[in-house]
Amino acid sequence: MSKVFATIDGNEAVAYVAYRCNEVMGIYPITPSSNMGEWCDQWAAEGVKNLWGTIPSVVEMQSEAGAAGAVHGALQTGALTCTFTASQGLMLKIPNMFKIAGEMTPTVFHITARTIATHALSIFGDHSDVLLARGTGFSLLSSASVQEAMDFALIGQAATLESRVPVLHFFDGFRTSHEVSKIEMVTEDIMRQMIDEDLVVAHRQRAMNPDRPVLRGTAQNPDVFFQARERCNPFYDACAGLTQKAMDKFAQLTGRQYRLFQYEGAPDATNVMVIMGSGCETAASTVDFLNEEGGKYGVVKVRLYRPFDVRGFLEALPPTTRTLTVMDRTKEPGSVGDPLYLDVLAALSEGLAAGYGTLKAMPRVIAGRYGLSSKEFTPAMIKAVFDNAVAAQPKLHFTVGITDDVTHLSLAYDPDWSIEPADVTRALFYGLGSDGTVGANKNSIKIIGEDTENYAQGYFVYDSKKAGAVTVSHLRFGPETIPSTYLVNKSNFVACHQPVFLERYDMLKPLVSGGTFLLNTPYGANEIWDKLPRPVQEGLIHKRAKFFVIDAISVAKATGMGSRINTIMQTCFFALSGVLPREEAIEQIKKTIKKTYGKKGEEVVKKNIAAVEQTLANLFEVPVPAQAGSTTDLPLPFSEHAPREVRETLGRIYAGDGEALPVSAFPADGTFPTATAQYEKRNLALEIPVWDEKTCIQCGKCAAVCPHATIRMKVYDAAALAGAPATFKSCDARSPEWKGMKFTIQVAPEDCTGCVLCVDVCPAKNKSEPRLKAINMSPQVPLRVPERANWEFFLGLPDLDRRRIKVTQLRQQQVMRPLFEFSGACAGCGETPYIKMVTQLFGDRMIIGNATGCSSIYGGNLPTTPYCTDHAGRGPTWNNSLFEDTAEFALGFRVSLDKQMEFAQELVKRLAPQLGDDLVSGLVNAQQRDEAGIYEQRERVAALKQKLAGQTSSEAKMLLGVADALVRKSVWGFGGDGWAYDIGYGGLDHVIASGRDVNLLVMDTEVYSNTGGQASKSTPRGAVAKFAAGGKPGRKKDLGLIAMSYGNVYVASVAMGAKDEHTLRAFIDAESYPGPSLIIAYSHCIAHGIDLDRGVGMRHQKLAVESGQWLLYRYDPRRAEQHENPLLLDSAAAKLKVTDYLLAENRFKMLTKSKPEDARRLFESAQFDAETRWQLYSYMAARKPAGNGSPAPAAPTAAPAKA
Amino acid sequence: MDLSTTYLGLKLRSPLMPSACPLTRDLDEIKRAEDAGAGAIVLPSVFEEQLRRESEELDAMLEKGTESYAESLSYFPQVGEFRLGPDDYLEHIGRAKRAVRIPVIASINGASVGGWTEYAKKIEQAGADALELNIYYIPTDLDLPGTAVEATYLDILKSVKQAVRLPVSVKLSPFFSNMAHMARQLDTAGADGLVLFNRFYQPDIDLENLEVEHSILLSTPQARRLPLRWVAILFGKVKASLAATSGIHTAHDAIKILMAGADVTMLCSVLLRKGMTHIAVIEQEMKRWLEEHEYESVAQMKGSMSQEKCPDPTAFERAQYMRIISTWKPA
Repeated sequence: MSKVFATIDGNEAVAYVAYRCNEVMGIYPITPSSNMGEWCDQWAAEGVKNLWGTIPSVVEMQSEAGAAGAVHGALQTGALTCTFTASQGLMLKIPNMFKIAGEMTPTVFHITARTIATHALSIFGDHSDVLLARGTGFSLLSSASVQEAMDFALIGQAATLESRVPVLHFFDGFRTSHEVSKIEMVTEDIMRQMIDEDLVVAHRQRAMNPDRPVLRGTAQNPDVFFQARERCNPFYDACAGLTQKAMDKFAQLTGRQYRLFQYEGAPDATNVMVIMGSGCETAASTVDFLNEEGGKYGVVKVRLYRPFDVRGFLEALPPTTRTLTVMDRTKEPGSVGDPLYLDVLAALSEGLAAGYGTLKAMPRVIAGRYGLSSKEFTPAMIKAVFDNAVAAQPKLHFTVGITDDVTHLSLAYDPDWSIEPADVTRALFYGLGSDGTVGANKNSIKIIGEDTENYAQGYFVYDSKKAGAVTVSHLRFGPETIPSTYLVNKSNFVACHQPVFLERYDMLKPLVSGGTFLLNTPYGANEIWDKLPRPVQEGLIHKRAKFFVIDAISVAKATGMGSRINTIMQTCFFALSGVLPREEAIEQIKKTIKKTYGKKGEEVVKKNIAAVEQTLANLFEVPVPAQAGSTTDLPLPFSEHAPREVRETLGRIYAGDGEALPVSAFPADGTFPTATAQYEKRNLALEIPVWDEKTCIQCGKCAAVCPHATIRMKVYDAAALAGAPATFKSCDARSPEWKGMKFTIQVAPEDCTGCVLCVDVCPAKNKSEPRLKAINMSPQVPLRVPERANWEFFLGLPDLDRRRIKVTQLRQQQVMRPLFEFSGACAGCGETPYIKMVTQLFGDRMIIGNATGCSSIYGGNLPTTPYCTDHAGRGPTWNNSLFEDTAEFALGFRVSLDKQMEFAQELVKRLAPQLGDDLVSGLVNAQQRDEAGIYEQRERVAALKQKLAGQTSSEAKMLLGVADALVRKSVWGFGGDGWAYDIGYGGLDHVIASGRDVNLLVMDTEVYSNTGGQASKSTPRGAVAKFAAGGKPGRKKDLGLIAMSYGNVYVASVAMGAKDEHTLRAFIDAESYPGPSLIIAYSHCIAHGIDLDRGVGMRHQKLAVESGQWLLYRYDPRRAEQHENPLLLDSAAAKLKVTDYLLAENRFKMLTKSKPEDARRLFESAQFDAETRWQLYSYMAARKPAGNGSPAPAAPTAAPAKA
Repeated sequence: MDLSTTYLGLKLRSPLMPSACPLTRDLDEIKRAEDAGAGAIVLPSVFEEQLRRESEELDAMLEKGTESYAESLSYFPQVGEFRLGPDDYLEHIGRAKRAVRIPVIASINGASVGGWTEYAKKIEQAGADALELNIYYIPTDLDLPGTAVEATYLDILKSVKQAVRLPVSVKLSPFFSNMAHMARQLDTAGADGLVLFNRFYQPDIDLENLEVEHSILLSTPQARRLPLRWVAILFGKVKASLAATSGIHTAHDAIKILMAGADVTMLCSVLLRKGMTHIAVIEQEMKRWLEEHEYESVAQMKGSMSQEKCPDPTAFERAQYMRIISTWKPA
């Protein structure tokens, strides 16, 4: 049979097998495993069948725990079932995994091994999750490469059916799950030969079936539980053998032989490493390299970690083994050693005693820890590990890959030591997310992998910022399989796709001597040299680089490609790298373009092909002179105004130098200062808004909608203008209350992302030239320097006394200082304007618990945080607990703070004689409903602290510790719809039922935005989302209605773009309500498929409300207490059809292109949904308060928000 | 009463038919048109720019934000196939052909040479009986001479005629320095029919919001006089069939324009206001008038009031204008 090769990533490789060998998949999104579920959902939507000719059922659940429960149920009733997850998701599955294993149920859980959140969350790879599941009774099968991931998916499936021990098949998150690699496909024919159908039938026979009823899941008492638990032993005794049997059969079919413990290296090795996961690949190739130089090294690749086959392990070791270094990719603080090390020690002890294998004496066993959170694990580190093992005084417990200057565990290594073979071409590409670099490189790998004899590998490093994200593509090509599971650090080819990166990254450092450097630049070959910063010139000279330039932006513009220079740069790469002959490469690129873009229509294909054709005429070589002539140096990446400690840690992380930071640079408990995003000057915007003070009506809308808080308003005394820069603008404040004062709107030129939302919402037009508004976009570069000075001057102007601001009027409220600025959210984000507004109102006394998701990433991904402080140093304090428990986390804040306030009041009263009755009465009875009340209480607390200072009594000391709690704190839980509607719903429900004063803000994007747009229960009917590839069939859950049913919950549904003051009012109401509050905020999102670049986000919010798809309302239990209807329906009856809204967003519109009949049907239902919901809410809002028996009056057509 | 007529070489039972309008987007309306006696139908125009934009928009929306951030490398499922470009339109042609027996004329609206031939071929393959090229072109470039504009029309027509064997009509605007010469050139270039005229929607200003408005105004009967004049002038002077459209709302309108020399009268605004079934009402009234005035057939009256055959040929020319002005008195 001819071999079939494909160039795919690990997730697709695994999903390919899992889908074909199963009937049911229980799924839930979590990085980096989400893609497996997405593939399955998509294939099911496309009608792809499994091995037995049926389309598997793919069911998305509300959490991983839910998915595990559904999987358990499906297995118990006899379906072949699998699931996919990682990290916290795996932890949520653990209770069911114990059950599934305890019931001897065959299944495979495919896990992209990912770090478990501790002092910080990390989406990257290590074994802390999978090793935590080692006690569940699942077997743990580890694959080390994309090829193995596909192979082991099938081996695991075959083995579990025979052994009845469920399999946890894991592969390294990102390194394997996201590596694109050329692999040999396992055909369906091979799958059929591997899966014994009699065993499938046996699985069905064991299933729960009322035709032959059984009882499972009993409760057992001390008399029998223990014995019954031991009954599974024979299955575990047999499991390793059966797994090897499946591996052997697989080898017969494919020629790829795997062993449970696979030894590679010298048969007489003395220095041996034990390792599992992707590190095996690099370890084995390093061993080969060292042995060729005469070394005696070996590596044991652990394939089946549990059940641990002691005999097999001993038999794998060469008899000559003197040192055995066991590498763990996890950390269990406080243990003697990490899990693999402990198991190896125990196995050696038992195995030697039993006389297994050929090893006669106990080797020296050393424990190493490496690679946490995808930390690089390179040949140089592996060499250091082997060197340590034979050192005079080896570190017996060490780490490698970091510098530990606290407990000094780390091994030193030579970062320049490399084993990259000469026949492997390596290439690095620095691109912007938005320019399509990664997509083009994935295509290049496919071209090379599928159209040549070469093997190819691609790995992609992404940004943690969503706006202006930088991507680095690491590509390798060569005649043999590529076992290099680490980043390219010696590259033959480096391409810089954006000229601005020259200032930010040392791209010549990884270039090999004589390598090729390609730069996209607007400057021609004869002028570019003089434009380069001196370090770049020096780098090119030093590396004897071949230097090429292309003006890709001009080519892209000329061919209608806009900012997408991907195809152009890809063509340059092929032309310069010589991987393929030029003409052939160009033909292949064109072929791939047709394949990739063909389904999106002819036009897209045509312009891409035009771009390819025009590229080579614009590619020029630049002679590199012998001397660097430039005097320009690289600018500082991080503001020099930052405090030294911030500059030296966070600043270095921002500059891309985080790898070099030692252990001592970090706090032990994950605590960092806030107000640090201000030091990143990202200069992302090509154009920034410019204020026209003569046209401005001072409404505050531009400032309110700015997602990155880069447009600010201030009102101040004219005297403060002294010393203003010449171009600083101001005018008279228009509000009557501020008569005689000056007003300024100022833009932060280096922080603006250029999203244009502000311009789009500006209602004021220039009367002589109505195409201009009161705020207009203008190129950033000429404005950068003067506006930087203006911005700094503006920041120095005093903030208006908060007591002088009418907070319910947007035009006044917007002068409040935002305590959330310059986040890493997408340009034009629909969530951040809400967060910013909340921080303006309550930020100085606010405690935030943030669900994992977009808002936790742009809120708290190192290096910086957008949460910041006011002039007094006050500001939001922020933490992210989990995805699922945000409401509970916030409730914990509340209970704790209430308790401390109560205790403080008790102490104040007890200390009344010392403190004085006035102060005590003031502190205890303080009105803290408005800014004035808060201000006065703060004054009292300051007085209290003064009085307590120096007092030594226990009560005084205790009171000092809790005195701050006397000022009312504002407790908030932030999250998205994935949290509130799905995974966190149970907790949210409990918290709103508790009656406690917790404010929950749901930024409802109607999908799991952060993980790439999977459907949630908030996803509206007819929307295409991942896990709903055929359009969401069901109606959106009405979370607000459910919450209102409690009667004592403040509930509001808002959409800032539809009615901004309504949003403002709702926030104020919610916060002032002394019980639980739930605000559901429509948040437009990049995942909606709308043109965020043109600032349309708020328009879409308006459309949603005007079509009745989204309602505005406030339900305030305080009104019921006043015998009024608690529900105010604040939006008017629909004046547009729902389809007017649906067709404006690609998430809906694309269904009309993919499944027009379904689209028609679902859109009609969506109209019906909107109408019936409107009728219901109108009816409820029109009801007289309960009990008077009068009929409901007619529904109002509009009930505008009270200003 | 014999209402039959020949248009683009197609034998039609009646000269009344809906023009390219939103109603013919709907299959039920197409059936209704046949039931009401329409001689043929013109499907709504497929817009060249729209097709191009649709493809580009979909690509842009699906690509936006992708491959940037590790957790969300894309935001939408990878749908295998999209029905894009003219796919829907082509299927609509097929469905319309299956639903009715009267000729189905497809229509393309565009302004460039490039896209036309490709779509025209697909439309032919989809089974349309004829093709109407709706050249909706407003030249605004101050450096573009009128001859170049005329050349564009002719180039489009020629390239389409070369690509397909279908009868091809051209729907054009009256804004040529010499409409008659333009008609002659199109006729010579092989146009099987001329559709007079395209009604350009004219912009307005929204005073409150200081925006340019693009609301659609339905035609009034006054609009009928423009095609009437040019149909009358061209009748007998070009080989191409003549279709009149704009402002034909009543049987009298239709009769007048047929007398001027139109082979068919295309209805739009009146059908949008009164529904497709109104074709039958107009037909009834037309029949009644013809019977009352003892006409035997539409053919008999066709062109009877054209410039060639009418009692006063100068009435269609400048001389007539001078007479009106000189004799006009304020009311």
